[in-house]
Amino acid sequence: MDAANYLYLSVLLFTIGAVGVVVRRNAIVVFMCVELMLNAANLAFVTFSRINGDLNGQVVAFFTMVVAACEVVVGLAIIVTIYRSRRSASVDDASLLKR
Amino acid sequence: MTTSSSLVYLIALPLVGATILLLAGRRADKWGHILGTLMSASSFAVGVYQLTQMLGRSNEARPVTQKLFEWISVGSFKVDAGLMLDQLSICFVLLITGVGTLIHIYSISYMSHDHDRRRFFAYLNLFIAAMLLLVLGNSYLNLYVGWEGVGLASYLLIGFWNQKPAYATASKKAFVMNRIGDMGLSFAIMIAFATLGTVSFDGIKAASEHASTAALTAIGIMLLVAATGKSAQFPLQAWLGDAMAGPTPVSALIHAATMVTAGVYLITRSNFIFDAAPTAQLLVVIVGAITLIFGALIGTAKDDIKKALAASTMSQIGYMILGAGLGPVGYAFAIMHLLTHGFFKAGMFLGAGSVMHGMNDEVNMRKYGALRKFMPITFITFGLGYLAILGVPPFAGFYSKDKIIETAFNAAGNKGLILGIVTLLGAGITAFYMSRVMILTFTGKSRWDDDAHPHESPLLMWLPMAILAIGSVASGFLLSNGNALVNWLAPLFAEHEEEAERLNPNLVSGLALAVVALGVAIAFIKYSRQEVAAVAPEDVSVFTKIARKDLMQDAFNEAVFMRTGQALTATLVKTDEAVIDGAVQGVGSMAMGSGSVLRGIQTGFVRSYAALILVGAALLIGAIWMVTK
Amino acid sequence: MNSLTLLMLLPLIGTAVIAALPKSNETLTKQVALATTVIVAAATIAMAVGFQRDNVDLQFVEKYSWIPSFGINFSLGIDGLSLVLILMSTVLAPIVVLAGWNEAHGGRWSVKVFYVLILVLETMMIGVFAATDVFLFYVIFEAMLIPVYFLIGGYGSGQRSAAAVKFLIYSLFGGLLMLGSIIALYVMSGAQGGHTFDLAALSQLQMTSTTQNVLFLGFFIAFAIKAPLWPLHTWLPDAAESATPGTSVLLLGVLDKVGTFGMIRYCLTLFPDASKTFTPLILVLSVISIIYGAFLAIGQKDLKRLIAFTSISHFGFITMGIFAMTSQGHSGATLYMFNHGFSTAALFLVGGWMISRRGSSTIADFGGLQRVTPVMAWSFFLAGMSSLALPGMSSFVSEFLVLVGTFTRYPVHAAIATFGIVLAALYILIPVQKALHGPTTPGNEELSDLNLREKIAIAPVIAIIVALGFYPSPLLNVINPASAHVIAQMGFTDPAPTNGDK
Repeated sequence: MDAANYLYLSVLLFTIGAVGVVVRRNAIVVFMCVELMLNAANLAFVTFSRINGDLNGQVVAFFTMVVAACEVVVGLAIIVTIYRSRRSASVDDASLLKR
Repeated sequence: MTTSSSLVYLIALPLVGATILLLAGRRADKWGHILGTLMSASSFAVGVYQLTQMLGRSNEARPVTQKLFEWISVGSFKVDAGLMLDQLSICFVLLITGVGTLIHIYSISYMSHDHDRRRFFAYLNLFIAAMLLLVLGNSYLNLYVGWEGVGLASYLLIGFWNQKPAYATASKKAFVMNRIGDMGLSFAIMIAFATLGTVSFDGIKAASEHASTAALTAIGIMLLVAATGKSAQFPLQAWLGDAMAGPTPVSALIHAATMVTAGVYLITRSNFIFDAAPTAQLLVVIVGAITLIFGALIGTAKDDIKKALAASTMSQIGYMILGAGLGPVGYAFAIMHLLTHGFFKAGMFLGAGSVMHGMNDEVNMRKYGALRKFMPITFITFGLGYLAILGVPPFAGFYSKDKIIETAFNAAGNKGLILGIVTLLGAGITAFYMSRVMILTFTGKSRWDDDAHPHESPLLMWLPMAILAIGSVASGFLLSNGNALVNWLAPLFAEHEEEAERLNPNLVSGLALAVVALGVAIAFIKYSRQEVAAVAPEDVSVFTKIARKDLMQDAFNEAVFMRTGQALTATLVKTDEAVIDGAVQGVGSMAMGSGSVLRGIQTGFVRSYAALILVGAALLIGAIWMVTK
Repeated sequence: MNSLTLLMLLPLIGTAVIAALPKSNETLTKQVALATTVIVAAATIAMAVGFQRDNVDLQFVEKYSWIPSFGINFSLGIDGLSLVLILMSTVLAPIVVLAGWNEAHGGRWSVKVFYVLILVLETMMIGVFAATDVFLFYVIFEAMLIPVYFLIGGYGSGQRSAAAVKFLIYSLFGGLLMLGSIIALYVMSGAQGGHTFDLAALSQLQMTSTTQNVLFLGFFIAFAIKAPLWPLHTWLPDAAESATPGTSVLLLGVLDKVGTFGMIRYCLTLFPDASKTFTPLILVLSVISIIYGAFLAIGQKDLKRLIAFTSISHFGFITMGIFAMTSQGHSGATLYMFNHGFSTAALFLVGGWMISRRGSSTIADFGGLQRVTPVMAWSFFLAGMSSLALPGMSSFVSEFLVLVGTFTRYPVHAAIATFGIVLAALYILIPVQKALHGPTTPGNEELSDLNLREKIAIAPVIAIIVALGFYPSPLLNVINPASAHVIAQMGFTDPAPTNGDK
């Protein structure tokens, strides 16, 4: 099978994630979309690894996974804290940093 | 040239006196006046000693020098703190310390009721020291120190009662107008250094022989500017009348006998420059001629006795400046008139002080009258001074003023005719206004205020007046007998040929006496045959009104210089705030303004940031793709 | 004392002692600060005694490697010019501490912080004049702003924060331009014999005239802001108005001198050709400063702002003397820097006492002080006389030297500048008349005269002013060789008298 198909899938997933981040209000969903984008990138890395026949891409994918895990920990903690104080998980409500 | 180590004491004694009196403060109140007088008197003693030494030497060996230390030395600009006493400066030294000491004595009594008498004596000592430095300095820069020093002393003394705002203003006016003159002296020194490479009298004298006329003319004109400032000559004359705010002894010492004559000293001292710069010399004569008429005209309209005398001083110094401007033939006569004037004008000022002392400090002559009976000594001493200034033989003024008139007539061409007539006219006006002062003050009916109780002044006051009166009588004869002063000073000045006489000297004297008699007669008719109003009449001619306003000198200065200066200052202050600082603040506001515009992008919505990042990333990738395609 | 580094360390030791003291004991803090500054002053005088007057090379040279990878050294050394300025700074410091004994009260922070800032500033004042490494000079030049910023912003009065920020940003801007020039010099030195920041080595660089002009401007603008020269002066009145009198003395008396010092040491040495190119412009700016500053001073209603504007006029004289390129002008300018330090110190300190007693700095609020507080009034009067350059005061010698030196080469500039002496009479005598003369106005009847501490503080200042007015040789003997050296390096000789023109 042509490896390019994996790349198309990766682009599709990334786009879905990006659109989700921009249009969705719920923080959990936004968060999930971010994860989707990260994994889309991972897929691309692994694909390139396959195409080029070396392990560099796979190594980077592992890196990304670790970063994603850390991000999940911090991000979820923030979301939970925001939800506790505001009784809402909408990202538009948390706009206190403006101006 | 002889050296001496005692010249410095002339200056140091009064300077130490001033320092002690100023630093000791109130502790010295009890003995301050005695110390001050002693210091001045001992300086006089040193002066007399120097004179006796000088008399014992030949003409060439008479000048004495003393180098104190190297003052300023940078590159080729070398100025020593050095003193020089020659035939010219010894005249001044004796006049300054002699008249100065008399006035110290007078002031002991005159200022006895003043809370700050000690401070007054400190200033007087400071003045004596500065004035001596002025006449003893051996270079223009040393002279400059004394020149500004007397300006400072004059400022302090005019403003001695500076709690009165008008007096404080008068002192400031004197200082500032003097500074304009001082600027002229600065220019003269700078030009001298740039063109001749030296600022000492000896050096410039030697260099002037092969210097360009243009340079010497420039130096001469600048020296003249300096002289007009210090000697209250046209056009920097306006401060002298206001300077009468100072206590009367100050007016006698500084604004009659000594400081205001410094301009004459400067021009005489710089004879080698003026002799080689005819244009500058002509300007000197013109300034002298204008001022002698100008001052005399002001004198005719003044009711304030001190201001009338001040106007007279201005006019008499005009004679001296004119004399000095006539060149080698006139220098000695200018100095002679300066010395005799020092006696009679100081005497008259002290007389005026004595009158004020007896009349509750009233200065308006219209409120005097008939004081002859109550102040006989003052009347006699003042009267002798009066005869001297009129030039009645054999009083002092006859010898000195007639010589100037005579020399003016003898000047070549139309210049001589004009100057002769101007000086004669001045003599006539002088006779008129001085007679007016005499008549209003001492004769006629009394026009006193009710609380006036005129009385003769105490011994300490009339004694100096009496001594000065003797000088007013005898000094002219003594100085001109056998051409004593002319021969004494001759070695300092360029040799000159006897000029052709336009008029016989006896005829000139006769003319002068006739003009004087006319002036006296007019004054007699106007003020003795008619009642004098105690309040100055208002329905007078426009000329009188202008003369009362000092020939509009203040109005002119205010309109032309003060108002423009104030307007310029106000404009510049506004410009500085609005334009220059405005530009600086504008840059700051611009930074803040652009910040407040840009921060509108920061909405606080995470999703919009994410969208922006996305767009940014897309643009970046697009750009890279476009470039690498 | 023969080590500049040790001299720089002395105030820091004082700082450490003060830091260790308990916060509550303010008097002890002040005493330690005073003792430290007195010791530093004594050490500097001892150093000056050991200075070889006729040697134009740098003396007391020290060199330690600082950042070797960039060729940066901690190198110090002084010539006559630096010595005079260091002497002025360290002699002024104890006077400022003693005169402003109570200045630190009412500040944002404690008394301890105030004196720590003063002492740190003193270290830098020594360093900035002694540095022979351009980078070291730059670092101190910029770092000096910090203590002054806090001294104005923390202990000043009125709009102190705004004034402090304006001062800081304005100066930083100039510093930035200078940094650009310094980096350019560094880069060029790499191409011509190895990277270095050493002043002597950099002065040998070859560069095109355009480069030289651009780099010159970077330095000159920084110094012109510092000096300050018209039209870059507007930060000074604001800063002086808000700062405490003592801070103002250090600001105008010492920090501003870094500007004029830098013009001689860096502009002339590094860019001789560009200096000649810009001389006409700089002379015009100087003359404008002299006249403009004087007019502005006349128009001021606030005493502190007035003094600040008089300084702008005086700095015009200094800059004019520097760029006149005659030995009289140059020596006069250097002497002027020294004298101006003391005459401005006298004005600011006495003015500060008047202001703190009256509780107002508006000139019109005073009146008749001569009758109420004679000693204070006399001190102010003498300070004023020094400011208007009365002969017999030290500033006369320097002002006249500058004028006469400039006149021999640029008569028109000197002639216009001479009008400044008439304006000087006005800007001094107007406040003297308003504040000291006239009747005693309400609110001034009860003012107290100077106390013993204040008399002790002002007496040496006035003594120095008068003594150097009559006998300036001790300083001139130090300054003359250094000035002559600079003039000779620039390839100038004094114009000869022109009397042969006949």
